[in-house]
Amino acid sequence: MSSALEVRNATKSYGSHQVLDGVDLTVEPGQTAVVIGPSGSGKSTLLRAVNQLERLDTGYVRVGGELIGVRIHGHRLKQLSDREALKQRAKIGFVFQSFNLFPHLTILDNVIEGPLAHRQATKEEARERGERLLERVGLLDKAQSYPRQLSGGQQQRAAIARALALEPELIVFDEPTSALDPELVGEVLGVVRDLARSGTTLVIVTHEIGFAREIADKVVFLDAGRIIEQGTAAEVLDNPQHRRTKEFLSKVL
Amino acid sequence: MTTSTAAPTGKSFDEIADGRVQPLRRPGRWIATVIVLILLAQFAHGFLTNQAFEWARFRYWFARPVILQGLLLTLKVTALSAVFGFLGGVVLALGRLSRSPLLRAVSWTYIWLFRSIPLIVLLLLIYNFSALYHSLSLGVPFGPPFATFTETDLFSATTIAVVGLSLNEAAYAAEVVRAGILSVDQGQWEAAHALGLPKLRQFRRIVLPQALRAIIPSYVNQLIGLLKGTSIIFYVSLLDLFGEVESLQSTYPSDIIPLLMVATVYYVLLTSILSIVQYYVERYYSRGALRTVAPTPFQRLRTALQEFREKATQR
Repeated sequence: MSSALEVRNATKSYGSHQVLDGVDLTVEPGQTAVVIGPSGSGKSTLLRAVNQLERLDTGYVRVGGELIGVRIHGHRLKQLSDREALKQRAKIGFVFQSFNLFPHLTILDNVIEGPLAHRQATKEEARERGERLLERVGLLDKAQSYPRQLSGGQQQRAAIARALALEPELIVFDEPTSALDPELVGEVLGVVRDLARSGTTLVIVTHEIGFAREIADKVVFLDAGRIIEQGTAAEVLDNPQHRRTKEFLSKVL
Repeated sequence: MTTSTAAPTGKSFDEIADGRVQPLRRPGRWIATVIVLILLAQFAHGFLTNQAFEWARFRYWFARPVILQGLLLTLKVTALSAVFGFLGGVVLALGRLSRSPLLRAVSWTYIWLFRSIPLIVLLLLIYNFSALYHSLSLGVPFGPPFATFTETDLFSATTIAVVGLSLNEAAYAAEVVRAGILSVDQGQWEAAHALGLPKLRQFRRIVLPQALRAIIPSYVNQLIGLLKGTSIIFYVSLLDLFGEVESLQSTYPSDIIPLLMVATVYYVLLTSILSIVQYYVERYYSRGALRTVAPTPFQRLRTALQEFREKATQR
C-alpha cells in the first residue's frame, strides 16, 4: 500500500534564499505527523508545496501514490492542466493559520462551496452533509452566521469543517492555533485531536509542543530547510539527539 | 486626601457621583446652526420668488415630449456605455493583473491612451472615422474577410456616442476594478485554490463579490460622471437631454433659464436615483463584512413608527 504522503528531495528557493533544501518525508495512512521548527525554517513552504500553493524547484510530492501537480511524460515531469490540478487539490484539505473563510458567505455556504464546485453532490445533499460536519465541530447553531460574527476559535473550527467537506485523503494544518487567543486554542486542538483519533491522515505545523507529544505518531524537526531529526514524539521531543533540536526545544518548552 | 470632601449642598461625594454627568454646553454650535438656518431660508425664499426663474415656463417645458425624448437618449447612451464600459473595464483589469507581460502591457497602454485623450476629441475622431478607415471587415487575421461593413452601416449617431463613451469609460473602470480586486486578501485566492475551485468560479464566486464592496462607491462616482458626461454628445449632433435644451434655446431665447433648470432638475433626479441604488447595492455586498448590517432608512422609519404607535396605545 502506498504512503498517504511522500515528499522526495523537495527544494525551493526564493532568489538566493534556500527555503527547502532536500526534504524527504513520508507519512503513512492514518498517521499524524507534526512538523516543528523555528520560524523561517520552511515548515509553511513545505505544507504549501504539498497543496501546490507553491511550486517546488526540484523533487516531487505524492499523495496516496499519485504525483501532485505533475505527471510523467516520456522521461520528464510535465505540469498538469488546471482542471486536473484542481481535482487533485480536492484530495488534500488545507487549514490556514488565518482561517481564510469566505467572509461574504455563511458558515454553511463556506462548507458546501467545495463539494458544489466539484459537483460531488446536489445542493440538498451538500447541505445535509455540511450540517453534519458543522455538528461534528460543534457549530451547527452557527450555520447561518457569517464568519466575522464568530470568534477566532469558532472560525477555525468552521475552516476545518470546510476542509473535511471534500472528504480529503490528507489534511494539512498550517499553524492552526497561532492566530488565536490562548483561551480559544483548546477548542480547536480538541477538534484536531478527534480527527487524529478517527484515522484521518494529518500533517500539522504547530508550536504547541505539548499537543504534539499527545497526538503525534511522528515528529519532524525542520531547520533551515532541512529535516534535522525525525521520529516518535518520545524520541524527538523527550530525547533529542541534535544540538539544534535541543536548542529549539529549550526555547519553546 | 480623602474623597469624602462634602459638597456645599450637604450631599456626600458618593451621592453626587451616582448622578448623571451634566453635558458641556456648546453655545457656538447653536449660534452656527441658527445662522445656517437663516441663510438656508433666505436662499429658498429667493429661489422660489425670483421672477427670473420663470417657474411657469419651467412647468411648461418639464414634461414636453421633446425634452422626454432627449432624456430617453441620455438614459440609453448612459446605460449602454455603463454596461460596455464596465465589462471592458473588468477585462482590462484582469489583463493588467495577468502573468503575461504582453497582456499587461496592452492593458496598460489602452488605459494610458484613453485616459489621455479628452472625451470630446475622442468623440469627434470617431465621428470622422470614415476619413481614417473606409470599411471594417470581420474575418481571419491577415486573411480573407467574411463580412465587410462600410462606415455608414456601422455607425449611427447613437453608436458613435456609445462607442466613444464606452472606450473612455472602460479605461477608468479598469482602474476602479483593479483596485477592488487588489483589495481582496491574498488568503481568499489561496483558500479558493486549496478547495480546488475552477478559475472562473474563484473569480466570480469568491473574489469579485468581495472586490465589489470596494468597487461600487468609486464606480458609481464614475457612473454619475458618465451620466453628466453624456451631455458632451451634443457636439456630435446628438440631441440628448442637454442637446434638446440647447437647441430649444435658439428658438425660445427668453426661456434660457427655465430650460436650463429643467435639465438641471432631471440630472439631479437621475443622480439621486443612482445614489439610492448605490446605497442598496453597497448594503447587499457588505453581507458578512460587517458584524451587523445597519437598518435602511425605511426600516428605521418603520421601527420608529411602531414604537410611536405602541406608546400611543399604552396611553
